Amino acid sequence: MKLKVFSAPYLIWMAVFIVVPLLMVVYFAFTDDAGHFTMQHISDVGQYANIFVRSVWLSLVATAVCLVMAYPVSFMLSRMDKHRQGTMLMIVMLPMWMNFLLRTYAWMTILGNNGILNHLLSLVGLGPYKFINTSGAVVLGMVYNYLPFMILPLYSVMVKIDHSLLEAASDLGCSSRSTLLRVVLPLSVPGITSGITMVFVPAISTFIISRMLGGGSNLLIGDLIEMQFLGNAYNPHLGAAISLVLMVMILLIMTLMNQFDPDEQVLM
Amino acid sequence: MLKKLLSAAAALVLFAGTCTACSAAPSDAPEEEAEEETEEQTLTIEDPDYYTRFRGKNISINVYNWGEYISDGADEGTLNVNLEFEKLTGITVNYTNYATNEEMYAKLKGGGTAYDVIIPSDYMISKMIREKMIQPLNFDNIPNYRYIMDNFRGQGYDPDNEYSVPYTWGTVGIIYDTTMIDIPKEDIDWDLLWNPDYADQILMFDNPRDAFAIAELTLGFSINTEDTDELEQAAFKLFQQKRIVQGYVMDEVFDKMEAGDALIAPYYAGDALTMLENNDSLDFVIPKSGTNLFVDAMCIPSTARQKEAAEMYINFMCEPDIAFANIDYICYSTPNSAAYEMLDEETRESPVCYPDEDFIADKTTVFVSLSEEANRKMQDLWTEMKSAEDEKTNKWITPVFLIVCIAMTIFVLIHRKIKEKKDIF
Repeated sequence: MKLKVFSAPYLIWMAVFIVVPLLMVVYFAFTDDAGHFTMQHISDVGQYANIFVRSVWLSLVATAVCLVMAYPVSFMLSRMDKHRQGTMLMIVMLPMWMNFLLRTYAWMTILGNNGILNHLLSLVGLGPYKFINTSGAVVLGMVYNYLPFMILPLYSVMVKIDHSLLEAASDLGCSSRSTLLRVVLPLSVPGITSGITMVFVPAISTFIISRMLGGGSNLLIGDLIEMQFLGNAYNPHLGAAISLVLMVMILLIMTLMNQFDPDEQVLM
Repeated sequence: MLKKLLSAAAALVLFAGTCTACSAAPSDAPEEEAEEETEEQTLTIEDPDYYTRFRGKNISINVYNWGEYISDGADEGTLNVNLEFEKLTGITVNYTNYATNEEMYAKLKGGGTAYDVIIPSDYMISKMIREKMIQPLNFDNIPNYRYIMDNFRGQGYDPDNEYSVPYTWGTVGIIYDTTMIDIPKEDIDWDLLWNPDYADQILMFDNPRDAFAIAELTLGFSINTEDTDELEQAAFKLFQQKRIVQGYVMDEVFDKMEAGDALIAPYYAGDALTMLENNDSLDFVIPKSGTNLFVDAMCIPSTARQKEAAEMYINFMCEPDIAFANIDYICYSTPNSAAYEMLDEETRESPVCYPDEDFIADKTTVFVSLSEEANRKMQDLWTEMKSAEDEKTNKWITPVFLIVCIAMTIFVLIHRKIKEKKDIF
């Protein structure tokens, strides 16, 4: 009973800064300038289908790349001795000590037509290639920025897998491949699902990455929402409607994800 | 040993990262100027008595201005305008910044704030007049309005001169790399931005109003057109250009042009000067077929609490010495005749900052606010243009996707329920 009192500050915080704003988003999405009920804005969202498709696609690709890159790294990390684990984890976290905007800004100079990468390539007689302002650059930006969010949950689940389980598997004649598939993989499912959630959700709603690395012509949903508020036409109702559709979409995808995880209800 | 090596490597990475970040940060503060003019700028007020009315009354005003848009005394010998105002009048100035007109508008529209002085651009002023968000000024309290040049009075955005006092102005032109583009300067026109020879070397405005204006100028339409057909033609023109555009940018243009990442970009004259200073091979030209003239002017929102003090601030900003200090810092052009006289000859003759008066009168147009409908039409066309790359996606795809997601979730849930029941028995 006593513990409930201590959770009061956060409960109040949640009510004022999460629940109320969400209700306001819903209210704005379903009303027009005069405050009357309308479905117009929600149905208008349909015309931006291609932007939704692109956002979902790019963030799925980024999530997949993160997973493929992070899985072996996390496994390797979890099998190292304790001292080295600390150092390696610190290196994983290192980029996050610097502001997200600055890091993305740095990529702009690296990938530019006269940027560092093209400069290096020209030294060996290659290029110049067009790196920046492509959807590939946007995916790269997402992967770079969100990779730690994939590694950390995977690592924290894998580090709990007892080494004796792996030994037992090989004692009983498991090849290293089937040890991975039938022992490590099933045990790391909770890490995979929460890693996917933590990468996919910020990736699908990002807007600054596509602006900086996509050259403004790889619009994502985040850009679209930003344009409704700070663009030429101030249209908070449409902006709220797009946000609402996005939230419902993410919610559904997450519910679907959770079905693959039999024991734990991840992040919901 | 390995651990040491690793931490050394980590430190190196961090250091390198910081360096890139630093060199990448936009450097728009012109630092060299201070060295050229070491003489201290002095402040003479013609009628100091005017400013004494609020002394000792402990009043404060909230000023909301663009970033880097006032002389702050950071360079040696320049004036800190807000501090001088506080010293002179005893009124405290709470000074805050915004980055775009739209940001400022959204903040004022959202309510809950009380600013006393704002400095929006032309089209935003006419929009705010229409929505009664700014109030008429009492020009008896702004005697220094007499310094404002005639060409900047009675402009389209405030035809009766009731609401605004011009602060700065400038034009939009093309910044280009002279080493790579060998077209004579006087022949350059807006069609350079559509020239396929420079494919992938062209930058474009990342805001619909400025981008549409350029398309409309090449097509010979008014930049204030609200005609749906003309807007659609302009959008099509921009769509044709999209193929050869390297990127749509705003302030990123500084880095990209200075580093030579792109050869051609349209931008504002005052900012072009900064880029020219940092890269010698760049030049700036105002296209001969005409351009957009922008004016930023001081206004008082309807929600202001200290109208008279705000008018005093506006008057102070029009003092010749203050106007000069500001324009010297900002590098835009001044509408204040007294400050203009104080500029050195080189600046006064500069075709970038002060183009020929006849050209200004005949070939430049000031933005006025478009109707709500035209604005939304433009925004829609712009979004469509920017995302048009891929083939038309069916507009039902989002709802269908949502329904499929719901169906799958329900299916999985039912499947699990059935399985659970089986397990029990």
